[in-house]
Amino acid sequence: MEKRVVFRSAWLPYALVAPQIAITLVFFFWPAVQAVWYSFQLQDAFGLKTQFVGLLNFAHLFRDGNYLASFKTTAVFSVAVAGAGISISLLLATMADRVLRGAMAYKTLLIWPYAVAPAIAGVLWAFLFAPSIGIVTYVLKGWGVDWNWILKGDQAMLLVVIASVWKEISYNFLFFLAGLQSIPKPLIEAAAIDGAGPARRFWTIVFPLLSPTTFFLLVVNIVYAFFDTFGVIDATTQGGPGQATNILVYKVYHDGIKAADFGGSSAQSVILMFIVIALTVVQFRYIEKKVEY
Amino acid sequence: MKIKILAIALLTIGLTSTNAQAQTEIQWWHSMGGALGEALNGLANKFNASQKDYKVVATFKGSYPESMTAAIAAFRAGSGPNLLQVFEVGNATMMAAKGAIVPVATVMADAKEPFNPKAYLPTVTGYYSDVKGNLLSFPFNSSTVMFYINKDAFKKAGLDPNKAPKTWKEVLAAAEKLKASGQQCVYTTSWPSWMHIENFSAWHNVPIGTKQNGMGGLDTVFTINSPLHVRHIAMLGDMSKKGLFTYAGRTNQGDAKFSSGECAMFSGSAGAQAGIKKAAKFDWSINFIPYHDDVKGAPQNSIIGGASVWVMGGKKPAEYKGVAKFLAFLSQPEIQMEWHTGTGYVPITQASYELTRKSGFYDKNPGADMPVKQLTNKAPTENSKGLRFGNFVQGRTVIEEELEEVFAGKKDAKTALDDAVKRGNEILRQFEAANK
Repeated sequence: MEKRVVFRSAWLPYALVAPQIAITLVFFFWPAVQAVWYSFQLQDAFGLKTQFVGLLNFAHLFRDGNYLASFKTTAVFSVAVAGAGISISLLLATMADRVLRGAMAYKTLLIWPYAVAPAIAGVLWAFLFAPSIGIVTYVLKGWGVDWNWILKGDQAMLLVVIASVWKEISYNFLFFLAGLQSIPKPLIEAAAIDGAGPARRFWTIVFPLLSPTTFFLLVVNIVYAFFDTFGVIDATTQGGPGQATNILVYKVYHDGIKAADFGGSSAQSVILMFIVIALTVVQFRYIEKKVEY
Repeated sequence: MKIKILAIALLTIGLTSTNAQAQTEIQWWHSMGGALGEALNGLANKFNASQKDYKVVATFKGSYPESMTAAIAAFRAGSGPNLLQVFEVGNATMMAAKGAIVPVATVMADAKEPFNPKAYLPTVTGYYSDVKGNLLSFPFNSSTVMFYINKDAFKKAGLDPNKAPKTWKEVLAAAEKLKASGQQCVYTTSWPSWMHIENFSAWHNVPIGTKQNGMGGLDTVFTINSPLHVRHIAMLGDMSKKGLFTYAGRTNQGDAKFSSGECAMFSGSAGAQAGIKKAAKFDWSINFIPYHDDVKGAPQNSIIGGASVWVMGGKKPAEYKGVAKFLAFLSQPEIQMEWHTGTGYVPITQASYELTRKSGFYDKNPGADMPVKQLTNKAPTENSKGLRFGNFVQGRTVIEEELEEVFAGKKDAKTALDDAVKRGNEILRQFEAANK
């Protein structure tokens, strides 16, 4: 079956994609090129003195052991956010898909968090988990857990992962739900008649049929974890305690926006950009092969 | 009908704009939210009502780093305010930006406005002047770090509530007793780097960095891994392990832990008083910060925190005249007193301090003059007149990260402070290279 749409007009297809290309050029390529340009420069905050320093900003970064450690932190964080985000929302979507009564209410409630700004999500969770006044802390203390993410790095990491995942679940949920609803019911019914239980039906029919959605969400979630989570971190741990939650994008934000170190910050965002490009290429080349469209 | 309305509208716009043209507007970007913002607007309004030629337009631009970032971005885009309120860690960045700023001393001299920097407390002028003693920015809201105790908790622990610990030895002794009496959180602090590194150094008359804490040149290096620093931070790490010190976070999170009664002792900004007064359901007192009594010369004097107002460059001459007039207006003792008593920031001129004392304000508000007494405890030395480190926003983060490693028991104090110095010096070298 030919899935492609064939245009007769020579210019119409270009005209249709032009707005998208214009937006990409202005909001992605232009800043990206600027970041590359700034990353070779050393500048004071006000931009009064600019020197071309070649790769000095990069050399600085790679000499800094803490910056290198931040790669590991970022990897842990991203895998946790993407993994938890995808599996929890898949679970919720399969459950919501089966609900007959009040389905609308469930779905609306699950989609809601997506409308919340990252910083607000961060503050919300920080409140719930606040070391002395948080309600979750209170419950945890009752269970004998010494909850203090202000000083305990792994707990701080858990907190920012929870807050980031919570925000992304809605988005994933929407896609999974749409994916589930497009799976033909007769397929599942036939399997049920043949004696396949719910788990078997899920893993042999539903999950493979959802694989394009899952793959898409994997790419999007990794990008989200790498780029969009600095708001959550800034509102909660600010990278601490120590360097426990200092992921790459937060340091870009801190050094660039808060500390006005444009050269260093740009160099970091260039590195980050290459990592995400590499990851996306890997995902498309290797993981996509397992996807059945 | 519609045309008529349009005509009236256009006429009104025309009228208001000619009105505005007659007055020179002076844009002032600041970071004073809430009650502080109201007090600041009060000053601007008073100035606007006092004369007709200039109009100060005060705009709240968010937190200190936010308004500084906004001004930097605006400057890079070729605009920006006439006046910008900058917090103390931004000083070195502003000072190095020759061309982006105009020294206050120059502004006042050019406009022939009478202005005497000597009227200000030496700890204040020292902080905002260049090595030659020229005032670079206009001292505005200054505070310092103080030591607070919960008198009720002291009573409960069998301690004398009227005798706040003066030395760290006494703090430790009191801490043990408070802990034994069932106090959950014994001691906490806000602004860990400001209190336990920066003010700690000044209070014990030891340098934070070479070249007069960075005031003498960009080629400064941090010296916060001295034996005294290591000993102090190790003590805090030990207190943290024993449950005598509860770390609250990098900014003012400690304030709420004290005012809610959770913590019995607390070090935080003098500006925290207002919040404590409002929230605390217990008896408390404000005191000098503790010192190590075996250190010679301690206690010296504490250093200020807070912000000053910078005059930005590249504006019209008439606007600078207005700026000078406005700064002269702000320097009057009566205005200074209004700001001091209305906000809790320290009085920064000798005259306003005297005036406030004569008004009986300190009799009605015991302890309100403690901060200024602590700031002027002794004549400031090279180690205690302030600090000026390039990119100290990053530098402070580095220090705080390393302190957290100690408080969490992950690093010993010596390693952490060595690392803080090493990482901090990298930042200083980068700043030096960028501002040659």
